[in-house]
Amino acid sequence: MSIIINAEGLSCPQPVLMTLDKIKEIQKGEIMIKVDTNTSKENVSRAAQSQGWKTTDIQEQITGYQITIKKE
Amino acid sequence: MVKNYFSTRWGIIGVGCFIGIFAAFLQKLGNPGNMGICVACFERDIAGAIGIHRAAVVQYMRPEIIGFVLGSLMAAYIFKEFRPRTGSAPIARFVLGIFAMIGALIFLGCPWRAMLRLAGGDGNAIFGLLGLIFGIWIGTLFLKSGYNLGRAKTTHTSAGWLMPLIMLGFLALMLVFPQIEGQGKNGILFYSTKGPGVMHAPLIVSLIIGLAIGFAAQQSRFCTMGAFRDLILFKQMHLFFGIIALVASAFIVNLILGQFHPGFTNQPVSHSLSLWNFSGMALAGLAFALAGGCPGRQLFLAGEGDGDAAVFVLGMIVGAAFSHNFGLASSPKGIGPHGIAALITGIIVCLFIGFTMRKKI
Repeated sequence: MSIIINAEGLSCPQPVLMTLDKIKEIQKGEIMIKVDTNTSKENVSRAAQSQGWKTTDIQEQITGYQITIKKE
Repeated sequence: MVKNYFSTRWGIIGVGCFIGIFAAFLQKLGNPGNMGICVACFERDIAGAIGIHRAAVVQYMRPEIIGFVLGSLMAAYIFKEFRPRTGSAPIARFVLGIFAMIGALIFLGCPWRAMLRLAGGDGNAIFGLLGLIFGIWIGTLFLKSGYNLGRAKTTHTSAGWLMPLIMLGFLALMLVFPQIEGQGKNGILFYSTKGPGVMHAPLIVSLIIGLAIGFAAQQSRFCTMGAFRDLILFKQMHLFFGIIALVASAFIVNLILGQFHPGFTNQPVSHSLSLWNFSGMALAGLAFALAGGCPGRQLFLAGEGDGDAAVFVLGMIVGAAFSHNFGLASSPKGIGPHGIAALITGIIVCLFIGFTMRKKI
């Protein structure tokens, strides 16, 4: 079961801040982030990558995107 | 999924170069000195064109601004990124827009122009840029301590279209009431007959370059405030490469076109009061950081359906009217009679917004 961050409706840098906070907190594992714009999607993936996390899945939904990031 | 080339490192560098090169060319083609593109100045000129301020030297319906919004709208539709949304504290964004403009007009330029001024040799821009970074740094402290304006919600598609429609309306007004040489007014539109407002590239050139920049910038998410913010907040260089590219390319083109004149005095549309150049941009930088984007980025967001960014843009246009009606804006002669009072008020208002708007999300 991965941790879910709901960043829908929030503009950058909020989704990135929330993701980085969670990454710092749990160090490794799986996080699912919900965002609603392409910009947020790119920014979250880029931030995760800079912390050594991998984007494993991006699902497009009616309201936006669900991004899964992972670190073993 | 098609990879968005514009959002890669080379993409953002390419867009920065594109803006720098065409800004320098727009100056060559008639735009004011070191003002090939200035979002704050051009919105101020639009405020003058529709007569909500009567500073006769800065009145012109700038097609670049219209192009930015409509170009972004086109890109957003082509790449299926148009998302009508609003409701993230619009009133706070309106107020931030007002003070962002007041701060920018104390310095005499938005971040884009600060960089173009630097690329044109205007040393005063250094103080403006330092102020901008300082203001953004204060903004990141608020962001770190939980500041946010809350969530936006999906809204009607037509609501997302309102800012692009306003821009189409402006364009229509310009075609119905075109500039008549030597005349200060045609129909309801004001046109400067002297000063920076009379200096402009041909309408069609301005519009096409504006559209192209709007298109590319929407896709690349180019943002000057974000460049510094992400660097300070995340040590993330991505957007920063874009602004480096802008300065470098504008500098090279300025050299080639003979538009590079290093110095601190007699620079076009500027003053050399370092303290106020710094403080004005510090206020603007803080307001941009709290609102989540530089003036250019707010136009591109408005084009892709962000109603909150559209409210910020309207705030800036109203702020320009306040600036010139109440003597807040600087001029080459120095700062306006009430510039300092407005600056202090602006800082207090931004701090109030920063300290009090930190709803748990």
